[in-house]
Amino acid sequence: MIQARGLVQTFTTKQGRKKVEVRAVDGVDLDVAEGEVVGFLGPNGAGKTTTLRMLTTLLRPTAGTARVAGYDVATQSKQVRQSIGYVSQAGGVSSYARAGDEVVDHGMLYGLSQAQATASGQQLFEQLDLRGLWQRTPKQMSGGQKRRLDIVMGLVHDPTLIFLDEPTTGLDPQARANLWEHIGRLRSERGATVFLTTHYLEEADALSDRVMIIDQGRIVASDTSENLKAAVSGDQVDLEVADPTRLTDAAAALETIADLVEVDGQHVRGRVSRAGRAVPDLLRDLDRTGIELASIEVIRPTLDDVFLTLTGRSLRDAEAGPTDQPVLEGADQ
Amino acid sequence: MTFVRESFIVFRRQVRMNLRNPAWVLIGVMQPVLYLVLFGPLLKPLVDDFGVENPYTFLVPGLLVQLGMFGAFFAGFGLIGEWREGVVEAERVTPASRTALLVGRLSRDVAQLFVQALILVGLGFAMGMRAPAGGVVIGVLLTLLVGGACAAASNALALTTKSEDVMAPVINMVMMPVLLLSGILLPMTIGPDWLQRVSDFMPFRWIVDAVRDTFTGDFGTSQLMWGTTWAVALFGLALWWGTAVFRKENA
Repeated sequence: MIQARGLVQTFTTKQGRKKVEVRAVDGVDLDVAEGEVVGFLGPNGAGKTTTLRMLTTLLRPTAGTARVAGYDVATQSKQVRQSIGYVSQAGGVSSYARAGDEVVDHGMLYGLSQAQATASGQQLFEQLDLRGLWQRTPKQMSGGQKRRLDIVMGLVHDPTLIFLDEPTTGLDPQARANLWEHIGRLRSERGATVFLTTHYLEEADALSDRVMIIDQGRIVASDTSENLKAAVSGDQVDLEVADPTRLTDAAAALETIADLVEVDGQHVRGRVSRAGRAVPDLLRDLDRTGIELASIEVIRPTLDDVFLTLTGRSLRDAEAGPTDQPVLEGADQ
Repeated sequence: MTFVRESFIVFRRQVRMNLRNPAWVLIGVMQPVLYLVLFGPLLKPLVDDFGVENPYTFLVPGLLVQLGMFGAFFAGFGLIGEWREGVVEAERVTPASRTALLVGRLSRDVAQLFVQALILVGLGFAMGMRAPAGGVVIGVLLTLLVGGACAAASNALALTTKSEDVMAPVINMVMMPVLLLSGILLPMTIGPDWLQRVSDFMPFRWIVDAVRDTFTGDFGTSQLMWGTTWAVALFGLALWWGTAVFRKENA
């Protein structure tokens, strides 16, 4: 569905008096298969939106090529536009216009007749729980409803490939969970390929078959969320030993399956790859040697751990301080 | 054919949005009426000094061009709001022609201008203006051309600056000399020589003079030729600029 090779986008920004060239996207290769749901994860300013804008023909790549839905983004942009749906961060519905009118107009710009656009729009209103809001303006809607309306706009011409840019930013947890359900249905009910950007770890985790991590304009990893976590750090196993005199024995037992074992007060901790498989044996072992545990905890690694291992920074730090990169105004909006 | 259809979809949406906010429609209509009713009488005693016969035949063409320019100059402000809400981006991601996205908006501005022009001319006749029908038609057409050019430039400027705070001073800066050097309210001919020479370089002055000539029925003048040339050239230039911006707009 998407094949990109060596995508580059450079911007010139002013740093004081000097004009500085910034590579917002610095050689991105990516492949997305039909029917896949891919999460594009990275801190703000990493180049997510810029990449997305190149794939959706809104921005001409400085270098590199991309084929989207079978067409070249640079030379066949019209065909690309016809085949994809795109929901930007800003949405795309005027606050003072009636929702239904906007959806119909949008569909008609894709070449649908007024009747087709109306039918398709109303069906989508049903599917995305917007019943009865056809005549409303976005001003009179909740954040979640507005975001679902944006998605209706992106789907009205029935595209097979959908780009969602930060679909749940700014929503409260309930609205977010609800939107996740709807996004999940895009594939299960419409068979659509979904490419979404996010800087929420939970979101990439919850929605995507595959996570691509982008940092400073380069893709640093691409795999299933499970594999990424397993490959990078393993699970943390934390044993609380009931009898302090047996701490060293417990540590020795844990060392047979874990790396980086450390003792901290009553606790013994270590990193175990695929703890679900290894821990039952460990427990039998401890039981046999008579080491009693007050508690045991297995902590699954998060994508933040993955990000930290890959880039040396945590996702939150990366957002807080773009240390060696000037802030790109508008580049990731 | 698709181009016309796409332009019409954009146009219809814009008109619908405008009609949802009738205050603007009302202000648009009131503007020319106020000028004619409140400024026209001031001009009456001065008419002999200008060497014109009828104050309204002099004033109405100037007001027409002013309406065309200044109403349209502000058209871009609405576009900044639309850009901020993602409307422009949503339209740009459809296969619709970029020129159609601009032309649909211009059509709204020109349509609005046409209605205002009809009111202005109608009221002018009611107050004693005398002008040949053919001249009025050509004069109004020239006005629409100028209005379209200014609206296109305003839209292009809006998408380039993307900020009302930047755009407002720029427009004011452009508007002041245009207003003062075009002879819209008072003819440039009563000014000193140097001022007239300066105003020779102001395209809008030629357009104002051209519209005046059509209203007095002088169709063979060099002013009319120059004014028409300027109007067509400005329109072409602005349309090209606007389309380029809609195609390239990147942020």
